[in-house]
Amino acid sequence: MGKRVGMEGSFAASEAVKMANVDVIAAYPITPQTHIVERLSEFVNNGELDAEFVPVESEHSAMSVCAGSAAVGARSFTCTSSQGLILMSEIVYCTAAMRLPIVMVIVNRSLSNPISIWNDHTDVMSIRDCGWIQYFAENGQDVLDHVLISYRVGEDRDVMLPVIVNMDGFSISHVIEPLELLDQETVDKFLPPYKPGVVLDPTHPVTMGAIVLPTCYTEAKKAQDEAVKASMPTILKAWQEFGDLSGRYYHPIEEYRTDGADVLLVTMGGIGETAMWAVDQMREKGRPVGLLKIRLWRPFPFEAFRKAAEKAKMLVVVDRAVSYGGPGGPVASELKSALYNEPKRPPVVNFIAGLASRDIAPFDFIAMVDRAEGTIKKGMGPLYEIYGVRE
Amino acid sequence: MEKLNVYAAKLVPKNENFTQGHRACQGCAEVLALRHIGKALGKNVIIASATGCMEVVSSPFPFTSWDVPWIHVAFENAAAVASGAESGLKALMRKGKISPRKIFVLALAGDGGTNDIGLQALSGALERGHDFLYICTDNEAYMNTGIQRSSATPWGASTTTSPAGKVIPGQATWKKNMAAIAAAHDIPYVATACPSYPFDLMEKVKRGARIPGPAYIHVLAVCPTGWRSPPDLSIRLGRLAVETGIFPLYEVVDGKYKITVDVPELRPVEDYFRLQGRFRHLTKDMIDQIQRRVRKEYDRLRKRVEMTMED
Repeated sequence: MGKRVGMEGSFAASEAVKMANVDVIAAYPITPQTHIVERLSEFVNNGELDAEFVPVESEHSAMSVCAGSAAVGARSFTCTSSQGLILMSEIVYCTAAMRLPIVMVIVNRSLSNPISIWNDHTDVMSIRDCGWIQYFAENGQDVLDHVLISYRVGEDRDVMLPVIVNMDGFSISHVIEPLELLDQETVDKFLPPYKPGVVLDPTHPVTMGAIVLPTCYTEAKKAQDEAVKASMPTILKAWQEFGDLSGRYYHPIEEYRTDGADVLLVTMGGIGETAMWAVDQMREKGRPVGLLKIRLWRPFPFEAFRKAAEKAKMLVVVDRAVSYGGPGGPVASELKSALYNEPKRPPVVNFIAGLASRDIAPFDFIAMVDRAEGTIKKGMGPLYEIYGVRE
Repeated sequence: MEKLNVYAAKLVPKNENFTQGHRACQGCAEVLALRHIGKALGKNVIIASATGCMEVVSSPFPFTSWDVPWIHVAFENAAAVASGAESGLKALMRKGKISPRKIFVLALAGDGGTNDIGLQALSGALERGHDFLYICTDNEAYMNTGIQRSSATPWGASTTTSPAGKVIPGQATWKKNMAAIAAAHDIPYVATACPSYPFDLMEKVKRGARIPGPAYIHVLAVCPTGWRSPPDLSIRLGRLAVETGIFPLYEVVDGKYKITVDVPELRPVEDYFRLQGRFRHLTKDMIDQIQRRVRKEYDRLRKRVEMTMED
């Protein structure tokens, strides 16, 4: 058993990066990501972590430095938020296609304009199709555990993909929570040193990032898609082994009080814990409401989701990003796609809420379930509703 | 250039690190520069290349012209990718994960990837002091996309986005002086070079690579396709650029300027212009204006040499 401490979510990420003994950290400051790199700089400058800290001049260069360092075989880390993420997004796509197993923590924050430092998922949804494995953490402990799990999975020779750990800005990154640190011995058992396959090495010259003509581009993209899909067994195995070592078992879709639930709330990220409160309150009043929390966003766990959703009579999906003029929030769109070809599919009611840290309290979840039930009775309403707009 | 007097063609390594079979145009002086650079650096090098002509012509999957490790990620980030490779090697060697040895890290980009879109990443890498060499092969426009003007395009030159029109006669701005910008970072080594002077180029590449810390070399690369010049005149055009004083060859070592191929009597710029279609429309007035500026710039360079000369 590891040591139990009170620790900020950001520092949990830094602690995990230290325990993973990374070789290169490249980052550019942006709120609310800053605490992670501040702490990492302290680790490096105090000799607690033997790594190169590259204080780059932009997020675009942060990801580019990681591309270079990962290509020579160094375990590499970066983290960012919001505008920083979309500035670096060009290289986020490149590193996935180049199969460089970088780990990035995204401290989720709204996109401009209007400029907002607060939390929602509009930043990461802008790179939804970048080809990285993507987790969503629910609390500081998840963050700590998933940085380690990410290196283990991404560096696996059957996977070789970069991995994103999403954590909500402020509500996770700046909140001190009780969490359990793993001792280094346990971490080392779970996460062996990185043994890269192909690297830039003068004794074995390789060409990386070659130009591919239309004759091979489709094949390259097919291979990339297969690689992301094929990472699922490795992800599940890593979670199982991590659970055996730490006692904390993770799943692609976390279910909460779903037995006999007619209505399932669906959340992703930190609001899941508030939703649990709301479910408890509704259950106390005898309402058959349960909760699904999506932990793994890419590769999307279609099988686990369909299984979890098959008995429900209605899904109430809470999204934290907008697809302007589109079919609804990205999570709801995804779930609808997952269910569309199923013979029995529950209706999906979609609320977009919690933009720029607008609070979602337990009573908001209850209100959403009430509204959704009303909507269904009247026949399906609009594709989605932006919840809680002040008029 | 102290060793130049013992240099001879037969002392140049026969080994090619940039090999035949690439897709460059006839008379491309940029691939010639890469070949010289490859010979100068030898096998112990890792190259980070920007998007551009040289990336496209050298790596059409499943073929490659590179017999050394080479990576291309994107257009504007060669300096940052090289920073990462250098940092990664440093950390891995210090932690005993790979055997400690000197591996040169080279970033390669064209003038678009350096003067324009890559300037921020380059400035960052120079400022951070990575031990690497950055070489810009400058053909004075976006040749890969079809001869659009860049900030390295000389004043008056006709390109597809600075055409010689009836009102505006070609490029309306003067060439951005990248070597001066690199030197302003106070890095240990900055130089200009040209494959028409292969020994000068190779010597500078060796020196830039060996000096600890960041080094920058700006290489003028004649582009017959974009310059509308006969492919068999590429070497001569490079020489004329130097002999007219349009592209002086010099180096800046720890802030001290030195002209490496001195031209006591500059040739008239017209000698250089008349072999190139991109300058065909220049009037006598325009040529005179360029001539005055070239003299002034060359004098200024000479003054810098005097000012920074060792006692």
